[in-house]
Amino acid sequence: MNNIKNRQVKEIIAQLKIIWKEPLLFFLILIIFYFLITFIVYPIFQVIKNSMYIRGQWDFSNYIAIFSKRYFIQPLINSIVLGIYTATIGTIAGFIFAYALTRTPLPFKKFFRLTATFPIISPPFVVALAAILLFGRAGSLTPWLRSIIGNYSIYGLGGLVLVETIAYSPTAFLVLYGVLQAIDPSLEEASMDLGASWSKVFSTITLPLATPGIASAWLLVFIQSMADFGNPMVISGNFRVLSVQAYLQITGMYDLPRGSTLAMLLLLPTATAFFLQRYWVSRKSYITVTGKPTGATIKNLNWYIKLPVYGACIIYAGMVFLFYGTIVYGSFQTLWGVNPTFTLKNYVEMFEVGKKYLYDSVFLSSIATPITGIVGMFISYLIIRKKFIGRSLMEFISMLTFAVPGTVVGIGYILAFNQKSALMPVILTGTAWIIIMLLIFRDMPVGIRSGIAALQQIDPTIEEASTDLGADSNTTFRKITLPMIAPAFFSGLAFGFVKAMTAISAVIFVVSGRWNLITIAILGFVDNTQYARAAAMSIILIIIILIALGIIQLLVNRVGKGVRLTTIIE
Amino acid sequence: MKNEFLELQELIKIFGSGKDTVTAVNRVSLKVKEGELVTLLGPSGCGKTTILRMISGFELPTSGKIFIDQEDITTTPPNKRPTAMVFQNYALFPHMTVAQNIIYGLKIRGMPHHLATEKAEQVMKLVSLEKLGNRSPSQLSGGQQQRVSLARSLIMEPKVLLMDEPLSNLDAKLRITMRMEIRKLQQRVGITSIYVTHDQAEAMSLSDRVVILKDGKIQQIGTPQEIYAYPNNRFVADFIGKANFLETFIERVISEKEVVINLSGQKILIPQVKHSFNKDDRAILVLRPESIGLEKKKPDSISGTIQEMVYLGNQLTYLVDIGRRLITVEISNPQECELFQKGEEVSIKLPQRSLHLLPWEEE
Repeated sequence: MNNIKNRQVKEIIAQLKIIWKEPLLFFLILIIFYFLITFIVYPIFQVIKNSMYIRGQWDFSNYIAIFSKRYFIQPLINSIVLGIYTATIGTIAGFIFAYALTRTPLPFKKFFRLTATFPIISPPFVVALAAILLFGRAGSLTPWLRSIIGNYSIYGLGGLVLVETIAYSPTAFLVLYGVLQAIDPSLEEASMDLGASWSKVFSTITLPLATPGIASAWLLVFIQSMADFGNPMVISGNFRVLSVQAYLQITGMYDLPRGSTLAMLLLLPTATAFFLQRYWVSRKSYITVTGKPTGATIKNLNWYIKLPVYGACIIYAGMVFLFYGTIVYGSFQTLWGVNPTFTLKNYVEMFEVGKKYLYDSVFLSSIATPITGIVGMFISYLIIRKKFIGRSLMEFISMLTFAVPGTVVGIGYILAFNQKSALMPVILTGTAWIIIMLLIFRDMPVGIRSGIAALQQIDPTIEEASTDLGADSNTTFRKITLPMIAPAFFSGLAFGFVKAMTAISAVIFVVSGRWNLITIAILGFVDNTQYARAAAMSIILIIIILIALGIIQLLVNRVGKGVRLTTIIE
Repeated sequence: MKNEFLELQELIKIFGSGKDTVTAVNRVSLKVKEGELVTLLGPSGCGKTTILRMISGFELPTSGKIFIDQEDITTTPPNKRPTAMVFQNYALFPHMTVAQNIIYGLKIRGMPHHLATEKAEQVMKLVSLEKLGNRSPSQLSGGQQQRVSLARSLIMEPKVLLMDEPLSNLDAKLRITMRMEIRKLQQRVGITSIYVTHDQAEAMSLSDRVVILKDGKIQQIGTPQEIYAYPNNRFVADFIGKANFLETFIERVISEKEVVINLSGQKILIPQVKHSFNKDDRAILVLRPESIGLEKKKPDSISGTIQEMVYLGNQLTYLVDIGRRLITVEISNPQECELFQKGEEVSIKLPQRSLHLLPWEEE
């Protein structure tokens, strides 16, 4: 026992010595920890504190109140029900799509792949807007649908599940696409060779091997659905969900403790799902992703398998086209459902009204994105390649944002930064900085994860070879490591920009008259039933994102790594 | 024993479409006897794996037919074919134990669990896997995984066993042991087998017959001895073992089997001719390095100068310059022989029986 302790102490001392020898590194680690604690941990802590520490003492009355009244507990139940529906349908849709793309000779695979992932680069609530244009009170398909299923309302659970499935099944698709691609095709061939029919191969080999992946996909979509704010804000109607209720409590009732408590209720299931996914499901996996893509197209697939799979893909792709096409179509109409005359008025007006929002969004995102990318890459480098005390803590904190819904973070930011504190001696509320910091620390985990994945694939001996040939660690990082992780850096950058431009659930709490964002403006138009204008603005937003992705692709081409845009988005 | 147990008729496989087509397999015909082990041997890209995958049903031939036991199975789906494949990477199901892997096919066939388990025990004994049934594949060594893969195929009692470079993931020593084990097992079970490899030593030591392939075409079919002693062409001679090629022409045709060649003025009788020649035809004499001897320079002989010698202990290799050409000569058991120094002039002793003549082809 004593020996073990002694050794541990020695190791710690040795680590400290290493840090002491590289004071610059030590200093940087301290700075990173300061920022991580201030902008990730502290706001969450503020939400927890506010929900249970009232007027200077511990007080659980908020929780008691919520759990004792059906009216208050309903949003929690609703959110979970919504999450379960969306996750289940979204995962099934994602699986069928991934299966079709990896295992069947489906024609036009590239087209289907792009269609399946397109909703990722658009603000999620655009789908809800399209649903209203199509199936709402003045919806163009409403009379047709009424004649089939009778009276219905798009506002509520059904509509929400529909739009969230379209918005979030791409997540499930991407996870499952990776999983199915990583399953060695010779396993399925071996099974077939031993006499198994298609359904036996599927049920005894493909499905069991993909199960951990399916669980992962389900949990991730569940988290996204529970944390979604934009879609429920637009289309939930009387179906009250936690994210919207927390927002209304704070902005409508100015009840911060009650809002914080609702946010906590939102945090618990998402955090549970996240840690389940991260530390349990991912360990169950049989698949080691080697990065070597394999394709196992089954050659002579029977028509009764092809038909439903292809049919599902076509219907799904058709829905994506229908929804986004409706946005384009709607943006050129004078008044949706009333006056379908072609007009450019919406775009002209949109530029007059929305110019400032657009400018703010692009400006703030353009500041936040490079910082997100660089700091994210640096943190992943520290986590993978350097040994220091607190390394795993750093990894844990930087991943925390994955588990925390935007609503919780947003509430945390207003609680944390509308007053001076030891960590932040100036008030940030109302400034551009609070938005920038929020965007940086919301989007950084993705950059860190892709950086970690890239670094883990680089053999450390390559860096050792550089050191061996006389380069110091600084030169090695610049000349060897950086070029090799550049693709991951750019994909982090692209993802960060998309996320920043489409962010809504957290930023809605920290925008101000001085600094506002286009997503929030669009939401406002939807609220005022100015659907055509909202559609025009959404189109502009999507075009800006596509242009930005194009620019990043050009940068990547200059680096010469040949990474495709489609892979960047993932 | 049936003589045409597995038959490939004029198999053609073309991959790709439009301008980017590759003919992976080009008019391959082959008849395999029951209980025979035939190896498909060739460099990578020669089409051997494609042929195997067409027999197992994972690829459909562009044209041609495949018969097993008189039955046309060309378009039968893989799961309905009486074949079982041992995969290069073993393809063991990672979510099943060793025993579950082995009885998988029987369960698919609907065999009751206890019967399947009983049978699995026998097969596991056959491949020395007793007591490992409850392990998961990841807990096994490479050689053990290989055995599981073999057992999983054998238990199905397939009409044809297919093996796709099954030993390529093992280390050199284990490869030789497993090679012998596979051969013994195959003979004991008497199962018709097609074995794909690019390792000539493996092919020579395992096979009843070897099929040499290049660019999708069969170059030669024969027993290992035939192929080594009488290669069909330059490619086969060079691919199997080492060979010296000497230009020559036909001096006289004695009979269909016997010709006399003129090699740098020396007239040499070739007693076993496998191709037909006419007088004055150009030809290539194939000389295996180990079949040639060296002696002190004599008049009226083919002579040359030692240019290089490499001593390997059990063998001595000379590079001899015989004017315009370098030939390799391998002397086994060099302790018993006269040794020559670099630069020394020597005469070449040609063998009697292992002279082989090929029709002329450009290098």
